[in-house]
Amino acid sequence: MVSYILKRILQSVLVLLIVGLVAFAMFRFVGDPVDTMLGQERTMQDIERLRESLGLNKPFFVQYWDFLVRAVQGDLGISYRQGRPVAEIIAERLPATLELAAVSGLFAMVFGIVFGIFTAIRRDGFAANAIMTLSLIGVSLPTFLIGVLLIYVFAVELSWLPSFGRGDVVQVGGWSTGFLTQSGLVALILPSITLGLYQMTLIMRLVRSEMLEVMRADYIRFARARGLKNRTIHFRHALKNTLVPVITVTGLQLGSIIAFAIITETVFQWPGVGLLFINAIQFVDIPVMAAYLMLISVMFVGINLIVDLLYVAIDPRLRT
Amino acid sequence: MSLLEIENLTVEFPTRRKTFVAVKDAHLTVEPGQIHGLVGESGAGKSTIGAAVMGLLERPGRIAGGLIRFRGEEISGLDAEAMQALRGKKISMIFQDPLTSLNPLFTVKQQLVETIRAHLDLSEDAAETRAVELIERVGIPNPQERVNQYPHQFSGGMRQRVVIALALCSEPDVIIADEPTTALDVSIQAQILDLIKELARERQVGVILITHDMGVIADTTDKVTVMYQGEVVESGATADVLGRPQHPYTKSLIAAVPRPTIKLARFPLISYGGRVTEFHIEDLARSWPTDASERGKPLIEADGITKTFLSKGAILPSRRQYFTAVDQARFEIRQGEVFGLVGESGSGKSTIARMIAGLYPVDGGAVRYRGQDVTAGKSGVPDWYRREIQMIFQDPYSSLNPRMRVDSIVAEPARHHGILSGPALKARVDELLDRVGLGAEAGLKYPHEFSGGQRQRISIARALATQPKFLICDEPTSALDVSIQAQILNILKDLQEHLNLTMLFISHDLPVVRQMCDRVGVMKDGQLVEVAETETLFSAPQHPYTQHLLSLMPRLDGLSNEGLNVA
Repeated sequence: MVSYILKRILQSVLVLLIVGLVAFAMFRFVGDPVDTMLGQERTMQDIERLRESLGLNKPFFVQYWDFLVRAVQGDLGISYRQGRPVAEIIAERLPATLELAAVSGLFAMVFGIVFGIFTAIRRDGFAANAIMTLSLIGVSLPTFLIGVLLIYVFAVELSWLPSFGRGDVVQVGGWSTGFLTQSGLVALILPSITLGLYQMTLIMRLVRSEMLEVMRADYIRFARARGLKNRTIHFRHALKNTLVPVITVTGLQLGSIIAFAIITETVFQWPGVGLLFINAIQFVDIPVMAAYLMLISVMFVGINLIVDLLYVAIDPRLRT
Repeated sequence: MSLLEIENLTVEFPTRRKTFVAVKDAHLTVEPGQIHGLVGESGAGKSTIGAAVMGLLERPGRIAGGLIRFRGEEISGLDAEAMQALRGKKISMIFQDPLTSLNPLFTVKQQLVETIRAHLDLSEDAAETRAVELIERVGIPNPQERVNQYPHQFSGGMRQRVVIALALCSEPDVIIADEPTTALDVSIQAQILDLIKELARERQVGVILITHDMGVIADTTDKVTVMYQGEVVESGATADVLGRPQHPYTKSLIAAVPRPTIKLARFPLISYGGRVTEFHIEDLARSWPTDASERGKPLIEADGITKTFLSKGAILPSRRQYFTAVDQARFEIRQGEVFGLVGESGSGKSTIARMIAGLYPVDGGAVRYRGQDVTAGKSGVPDWYRREIQMIFQDPYSSLNPRMRVDSIVAEPARHHGILSGPALKARVDELLDRVGLGAEAGLKYPHEFSGGQRQRISIARALATQPKFLICDEPTSALDVSIQAQILNILKDLQEHLNLTMLFISHDLPVVRQMCDRVGVMKDGQLVEVAETETLFSAPQHPYTQHLLSLMPRLDGLSNEGLNVA
């Protein structure tokens, strides 16, 4: 077990190195940061001096290496645009994104699994068919449109919920949380639904099809023949057997919830890392972009590791 | 008052177009302590009766008429809740496949305890104690320890014991066993049947034993009911029905059962209900390049062939673990003979077939064809050798590509080897399909339009397309009903007789091997323990393992010999 985890961590490090390398190779095509940093009135000397001080005149392998050496020491560099340490900027913004991702992930999982089971068990019922039909909308509408629609209905027309921002936040340690104030919680509702709706329908459809498959299995027939109650059969025997594929997809989706919060954050003016990343691309803020990409890949790799460990926890056949 | 009475039971499956009647007017009674066999071929409605008694008919099936009474009370009209209370408590069921009957994600104890507590008012601790007792009862050693294990940690036979323990949780009065030993090896089968007999005798449980296997019926049951296409055709004491069958279907069914004690020239075909398909292998002989002069000389020589598989991977080669599937097997197959390989599952029979076919490279030793080493090359066996040998597989459903039309399936080997093309190829395909009894028009259809037996004929036609010298038949009839099996085996006999084909015939079914093979090799745990002439092997087995296998074989002495064509 320990050697398995060690092996996975080693693989993860390799993945991170490659992601970083690809990212650095791509930055050269985004544009020249020096152009945006210096104004119209610049001389060749200014440009040379700035390049020298930022290390941009070195070959990109050397730049990458320098980045790695500093990164492992916890120094992610200084933002070109804001002139502040990147680590500090990200630490400021990250809680907003993580809280949004956590709430929408939870929303997607709870409702996805519940609806999935429901539509599988009541396969031909009216309610199940209605849910399945509505779920098509969730899959096919683009995220930004859902966001705008929700804002129009609940913020503009009904004025029930705020249309942008996080509401009041409270600092706990270095973490700014919206969970502790009423306005913070209320502000989470619309963005979480926007962000989680697609994932929810995906999980729901997956749980449903897996569940239908499992319900045909011999051990479910045998469980019935043993006289177990329907509730036990559905929620104990069938549900646990549907979990392995569901966890795989949910894990990947959780990663993309974090990575692709960008659109939702833009629509709702949510002060998270997604918005930070968009701004960084516009200003060719390489240290911020690099740090963001590495952060996202750390999360993806970490989630995948957890998913693999969950497999083993669920399925005894994998514990050999 | 009988324990279980089924009267005039009719089960229907209404579909949009028409209503399919799965069981029609069936009668059956079970007394305490009695084992009642329910026998018939697939589609006869045996399992449907079991499901109807349990209230577990698959949708849209329903009981359209008749009664099911348990201890005099009608249970066929009970609502879902009342039926669920009865299931597992008074009437239990055992299914065919022990590998899939248990939920893989829960320990044996968890599954036992939940079943016990669903029926009996016991505390968690008391239920656990009972779980251990049950595991001990069904003959699993170290019950204290094993009860905490997961299903995958048990062998097939042990799992079926666990399934039986689960069926016994609340001391049921009736057990319905649906093909309980079909997926098991003979030695395990004998143990499980003994356990069922013991339960019936000691605890006065009434058992309905659903099976297609006449050997199991003859050895185990007190009474037997024979079913054909949803209807009961004959019922009575087992010895009477098997020894003096009255109904023409029963007669032809019994005649088609391969006998372990008598060698037949040909299998009698089931003549009831028009299920026999004519075939004319002898007509193929006219265009077949046969050469009987070499008859009796070795065609295939397996010279100490060995196959090992990696069982536990590791980075360091020294820490890897290997499993030897076949250990230095040495035998020869002579031209024109059928060489049988028998043994239990996992003994290495199929691995040998695959090494000879060149599907697995050998890890040691060599295969020689007409004295020429065909396994020496780096890139597998040579093409000319592949053309000379063809295979017929066990599962007629997965061995034909469902997306290909039958004529392309049959044509593929000949086309691949560039033997024929164009009209000549089409003529060959049509001829083959016709000779195996399907007719040339079958080539325009897809595999799913055919039954299991017809698909196996397609496989045979495909194997003959390159006009091979040597056929490898890997359990060719294990998935088929006994009447269909008789027809396929007759085709194979004709191939040997009229086309002078040499065959390697793999089977776990000893009576079939006795009927088909000239010489037999016995496999045990990767070792070839004995090779002998078939008649010598069956009359005077030398190796203790062979003797053991033969002792487990159902004798079938009580079966009527009417209509047999003894060699």
